[in-house]
Amino acid sequence: MENDLGLWAVPLAVIGGAIRVSTPILFVSLGETLTERSGRINLGLEGTLVLGAMTGYATAVMTGSPWAGVLVAALAGAMFGLVHGLICSMSRVNDIAIGIAMMLLGSGLAFYFGKPFIQPAAPDLPAIPLGGWSSLPQVQAALTVNVLFVIGIAAALALAWALRSTRPGLILRVVGDSTDAARAMGLNPALIRTAATALGGAFAGVGGAYLSLYYPGSWNEGISSGQGLMAVALVIFARWSPVNCLWAALLFGGAGALGPALQSVGVTQGYYLFYAAPYVLTLGVLIATSSPSRALSGAPGELSITK
Amino acid sequence: MKPSLHIVGAEPMPEGALAVETLGMTMRFGSFTALDNVSVKVPAGTFHALLGENGAGKSTLVKCMMGFYHATAGQMLIGGREAVIGDPRDAHSLGLGMVYQHFTLVPSLTVAENLVISRRDTPGIIDWPRERKALAEFMEYMPFRVPLDQPVMRLAAGEKQKLEILKQLYLGRRFLILDEPTSVLTPDEADEVLGHVRALCSAGTISVMMITHKFREVTAFADDVSVLRRGKLVGEGCVRDLSHGDMAAMMIGAEKPLVPAAREGMAGAEVLRVRGVTARDRSGLKEITIDDLKVCAGEIVGIAGISGNGQMELMEVLTGQRAASAGVVEVKGQPYRATRDQSQALAVRYLPEEPLKNACAGRLSVVENIAFRSFDRSETGRRFWLSGAEMRKRGVDLIAAFKVRTASPDAPIASLSGGNVQRAVLARELTGKVDLLVISNPCFGLDFSAVADIRARIVAARNAGCAVLLMSEDLDEVMELSDRILVMSEGRIAYEVAAAHADLATIGHHMGGHA
Repeated sequence: MENDLGLWAVPLAVIGGAIRVSTPILFVSLGETLTERSGRINLGLEGTLVLGAMTGYATAVMTGSPWAGVLVAALAGAMFGLVHGLICSMSRVNDIAIGIAMMLLGSGLAFYFGKPFIQPAAPDLPAIPLGGWSSLPQVQAALTVNVLFVIGIAAALALAWALRSTRPGLILRVVGDSTDAARAMGLNPALIRTAATALGGAFAGVGGAYLSLYYPGSWNEGISSGQGLMAVALVIFARWSPVNCLWAALLFGGAGALGPALQSVGVTQGYYLFYAAPYVLTLGVLIATSSPSRALSGAPGELSITK
Repeated sequence: MKPSLHIVGAEPMPEGALAVETLGMTMRFGSFTALDNVSVKVPAGTFHALLGENGAGKSTLVKCMMGFYHATAGQMLIGGREAVIGDPRDAHSLGLGMVYQHFTLVPSLTVAENLVISRRDTPGIIDWPRERKALAEFMEYMPFRVPLDQPVMRLAAGEKQKLEILKQLYLGRRFLILDEPTSVLTPDEADEVLGHVRALCSAGTISVMMITHKFREVTAFADDVSVLRRGKLVGEGCVRDLSHGDMAAMMIGAEKPLVPAAREGMAGAEVLRVRGVTARDRSGLKEITIDDLKVCAGEIVGIAGISGNGQMELMEVLTGQRAASAGVVEVKGQPYRATRDQSQALAVRYLPEEPLKNACAGRLSVVENIAFRSFDRSETGRRFWLSGAEMRKRGVDLIAAFKVRTASPDAPIASLSGGNVQRAVLARELTGKVDLLVISNPCFGLDFSAVADIRARIVAARNAGCAVLLMSEDLDEVMELSDRILVMSEGRIAYEVAAAHADLATIGHHMGGHA
């Protein structure tokens, strides 16, 4: 093999994996950041992710357009977020319990309606080849960047800007940090939180569409493998900052590519331990940044887990 | 604009400070009359004080004025014209504003962000350079400044209160209601803030109505005073014609004024010793350090200080709620780790602040809460099977002895009023042998009779030879109860003085960290 890169294949695969695997996690964590910044937690995004994957795939199969699939996935996610938001607006309802219920409901609905779509093939989302400068096929493969990844980066930057410099962004932070202050300002916290949850759901839906329409690029029941839940944990790790979500998602994606990369360079023993690398990494980072006596910095004040 | 807003009379409002008047305000909640025919007049550019005890109807009156409540009867005149205020937005658009007792600023937003977002016409996309310029220009004309780029959570309490007032001026309010604006400030900070407010009144920029129960501030800053008691207006007049005694008499009515309990006996042997204790504070960023603190039998040591200077952390170290990173706490010469067995053996008892949160299980009954110290112990030692009858008898006896007002001994303790929760916890903590009592803010938010009762019990415990460590944000309380006064500032004990030589001004300076 003249193109054998030896051990250099490992960092290359990690970079490629970071780009490929991180997109759905990025979208879900951006959506969750938005929701949590309003003072609510939506644990149901795992269900929304799976539902988005199914509806996106089904729409793409039926219409032949992957972008129609992304749109429908976003709408389905928004609907699901809206239901979560509306239920949580009632008094004495716990957002975490509702989130778990929505997670199971979303997966259940997706499996039920998704059965007929396991066989047919849907068109893929387009990708931009950024590796054309290199003659090595491995480099070209690693640097093939999906359009949704680029949109995700733009969304992270846009969200960071919106939270700082727009009226809706500031209002969202007010509501998330102090219900009393929001009420004194004449805002309706429940309404704003519901809208933020719906928008967060739409982000998660888009993440799901990426899973089924690009990587891995097919619809099956095990498609998310808990990425929606990990993304929720990553929001804490990212300290509720959209730009940090981007770094966290890349780190997680890169760590996820470690196992397959080691296997491909011929490591035959113990590589499967590295399949757990992203989870171990997340656990490690959460433990390292936690403290029993100190309040979490950057946490929205109205969040039920930090109160 | 809402249709409910009516201004009778077509001429525009006068510029500058607004005159506001209530006529026969009455507010009933069911059969309970919270406000009974109250008429108060605040002429333009004056500083009006509204005095009254907790539950006298001060908050109800201002909530009716601001449109939070719809008064059962009564009218409002604003700028000499009748106005119907349907909700707070109507009040705001007429130029009425309120500064609440608890800050309504958003902690994680910066000062500039807080100001800009509070406006009703904040643009969709905020042009920060332009807004900052406008804010800087606004600040030029203000008598006091607040750093624009700091997140509000990093501001000191006095700065927050100044910002609340600045915010109202920024929003163009011309009549301000201040609800106990100095409750979290040092005397120096309070004087500074109120001095600025007073100057704004004299300049004709605003009129002010201030809810308070500090006579000193009324005398120093207000023009007129109105006194409420049980929902009725029981007195009013020019501040310069009234003495503190007159105002107190109006406020309390026929009830007995507070007389400090007689003290007897001298300080005895050392009971509590804290040496070189350090602990992280709540934010995890700062440390509290107590180099040497000693409390003897038969003395009350009072720790004064503004909230957030480490008193809460010290209390938590002593109760075992917070780990100390260094140092020793000794009780009667033994290292003390605040375990249940140790506190029982050494007779250490606590009355923490917010007892419902820190010393009770809210949904358990009053009897069960009172039994926390004794439920698993019998005369001979530990017990496994509880005796419901014994627990109940002890509970009912203590409820009677400490005058805890509860619907039933089996009612959940969370259903009791603050004063009664406090009494129930005191009943539990003061029963049996007590050698050391650690107390934090025992009278916060309680009414007059409860305060007198609880303070008398603390002094009685001292007279019986108990060592008492009292932490309180209420400087008057510390001055009244303590034999020795310490001041805590920035996580350290900054000053110590015997009560006999204590001077309010000096203590105030140390509280503010300016000494």
